[in-house]
Amino acid sequence: MEQDASSDVMPTEKRKKRFRPPRSLLMLGRYTLMRGFALIVVVAVGVYLTVMIANMGGYVDEIRKGEIREKVGMEVRANRDLLRKPASVINKYIEERVAIEEKRLGLDKPFLMRSFAYLGNALSLNLGRAERMTSDSGSSEVRLIILERLPNSLALFGSASVINFLLAVFLALFLSRRYGSVLDRAIIALAPLSAAPPWFYGIFLILIFAGIFGILPYGGMLDAPPPVTTLGYVLSVMKHMVLPLMAWLISGVFIAIYTWRTFFLIHSSEDYVELAKAKGLGSRMLERRYILRPALPTVITNFALMIIAAWQGAIITETIFSWPGLGRMYYNAIGQFDTPVIIGLTVIYAYLLALTVFSLDIVYALVDPRVKLGAEGSQ
Amino acid sequence: MRRLKNAYATLKQYPSAVGGLAVIVLLIALSIYAVISIPYDKAVFLWRGSEDIWAENPKYAPPVWINLFRSEKLPETIVRDTADIPDKEQEVISSTIARTTAILEFDYPYKYFPNEITIFFDGDYSTRAPQVALTWITPDGREIPLKTASATRNGRYSVWSDRELERAAFGGVGPAIGLFADPDTLHDPQPVVLQGTYKLRVQMTTFEEGSTGDAKLVVFGQVAGLAGTDHRRRDLTVGLLWGAPIALSFGLLAAVGATAISFVIAGIGTWYGGWIDAAIQRITEVNMQLPFLPILILIGTFYTTSIWLLLAVIIALSIFGAQIKTYRAMFMQVKNSPYIEAARAYGAGNWRIITRYMIPRIAPVLIPGFVISIPSYVFLEASLALLGLGDPTLPTWGKMLNDSYDSGALYKGYYWWVLEPAILLVVTGLGFSMLGFALDRVFNPRLRGL
Repeated sequence: MEQDASSDVMPTEKRKKRFRPPRSLLMLGRYTLMRGFALIVVVAVGVYLTVMIANMGGYVDEIRKGEIREKVGMEVRANRDLLRKPASVINKYIEERVAIEEKRLGLDKPFLMRSFAYLGNALSLNLGRAERMTSDSGSSEVRLIILERLPNSLALFGSASVINFLLAVFLALFLSRRYGSVLDRAIIALAPLSAAPPWFYGIFLILIFAGIFGILPYGGMLDAPPPVTTLGYVLSVMKHMVLPLMAWLISGVFIAIYTWRTFFLIHSSEDYVELAKAKGLGSRMLERRYILRPALPTVITNFALMIIAAWQGAIITETIFSWPGLGRMYYNAIGQFDTPVIIGLTVIYAYLLALTVFSLDIVYALVDPRVKLGAEGSQ
Repeated sequence: MRRLKNAYATLKQYPSAVGGLAVIVLLIALSIYAVISIPYDKAVFLWRGSEDIWAENPKYAPPVWINLFRSEKLPETIVRDTADIPDKEQEVISSTIARTTAILEFDYPYKYFPNEITIFFDGDYSTRAPQVALTWITPDGREIPLKTASATRNGRYSVWSDRELERAAFGGVGPAIGLFADPDTLHDPQPVVLQGTYKLRVQMTTFEEGSTGDAKLVVFGQVAGLAGTDHRRRDLTVGLLWGAPIALSFGLLAAVGATAISFVIAGIGTWYGGWIDAAIQRITEVNMQLPFLPILILIGTFYTTSIWLLLAVIIALSIFGAQIKTYRAMFMQVKNSPYIEAARAYGAGNWRIITRYMIPRIAPVLIPGFVISIPSYVFLEASLALLGLGDPTLPTWGKMLNDSYDSGALYKGYYWWVLEPAILLVVTGLGFSMLGFALDRVFNPRLRGL
């Protein structure tokens, strides 16, 4: 796409760019900064919302208070002099110690103030310790647990998104040229398949390919004894990736083709396309410069929306396929009621969403000349 | 009315619309039937029910109709109760002690062994429960004495797991096989069922005046009900039936709530413009990038799994969704049209213009998106249920999938348990989205022209 953006700019625009490169770069920079800033605000709002939701039930605070009480109780039990004293004295001592500790940690302050402290912690990825879950290396640091799973999620999600995007753009262009053909009708008729999320098709795929035919694994990411060689490792991961990817594509690709085909059709009925045709330009050139090019910003915006939806779907798709990523971890954390992990994961999801949108925004800016020319209004 | 007729006439040209409409009508009929045949309270009671309600159902049994596709039929559940035998042989031993003998008889024409065999007792006594001597009589006349049990209230004797019997009578073979096997093949790797008429002699000795007792023999089959059963012996028909009204009402309410409210908000924002519009746009941008499902999961985990409260949260989070931008673009076009100008000229107020001029003008264009969004909410509920955040009291299709998934149904081959709710879900989804996509072509002139 980027290559497209730099080599494929319309002639008039090229001239302008040659004359005043600093201005367009400045615009691009300003745009990037603005979007980045907006997204940081969004992440902060999302995380704050998470903190509020998790705290309104009093969970975070109750947990911390419980921890303090337990710690003080252990101290008292270890203190022999104290244990000989009457129960009322011991209780009073415990209450005093708890009050001091709570004050030290700021738990006595009003919630509004504490919530900002939590927000700061969460935003700086200071996610605390898990209650029950541990990482494979044995740490109970939430950040480490998450970091360990993140690459697995990114591998699956990244390849799914890329394949989805390329396949859909290619097929949509192809079909818009053969509008009304049997293939076109067949693929468009499949668009309603997108009503169901990927995990749903996952169930059927597991049933067919793992349950009945037994040619692909039920789930997981690696064969039972992990392969030793790098090649074996990669092949094993790829084998386990087939079904999740298929589920993802069945659920996602047809609606994308349907929508984007419509965009392309609209653009191909424009007058300038007719003119280009009349000039005798080849169909490839026509497609790339006159149809794909102006439609691309719309397609990318649409793709961003799809990706946002897909991130959420990842939670359940990974669960169904036992893929050891963030989504599966989310499921386990809910099952074990591990609050710090749930909150930490929500924070990470907010970040990942923002990062995805941000990178798509930059691609958008590269593709849409209006941004560079400073004519960018609201999208 | 005429407009409806016209719309239907146009729709008839699209086979997918007719198909989708048919599915929706069927689903509505199913829902009405479910609500009428099993009232809400009863459905909740049945679905939550302890094992006692479903005690006579086998566990993990596929539906009865799979026998239609098999040459060798799988056994169905057989129930025989001494309470149904009117004239029992009665023997008075003393003034307080009496003995009744009843014979429970049944045919067993199957080639497969039953799942489980259990005898349920129902004794009526004040302090001393009746004693029951049980004798199993095979078609070839062998008499196998079973355990002597006391017929307590709601007592039960699980014959199939009686270790004593297993050891003493069958030399280590489980009673469910031993009682029904041809004795010559008992220790073969594949024991053969002895077909014919089996009997269970029940000798009930009561120790009090007026005390009675009954025994009910249940030979659990390998198939049950129209939809099969699950790990808690529940008849899945109840869940499948009741899943329909819940899915429909959830999807419809969420779609109506989210679409209608955001539509009105978009209309207001466009009309007033200025800071109201800007605020709506910024809120939408923030809201669109919030992690929607994780927030729902948080709420589901920490507060409530009530399906209706989650519905409210879903609506609240969806109002400022991507669709608001689409609506805004449409309203923008309408805002400057001459008929609005005319309305302004005769002195119509802001509110009147929004509700009487702008919204009715765009509403038809909104219908396809509305219809398409219904199944996505149905699946959202299923997704939440699959994560274990489903409403614990209500039977929903997603909850059934969650149960089957947790019980490893995919791996153990309980296919009916997965496929039945899944097929209903996909049929619902396809029905609505097929209709929606057809409507899209009807209502969107931009697409019709192509």
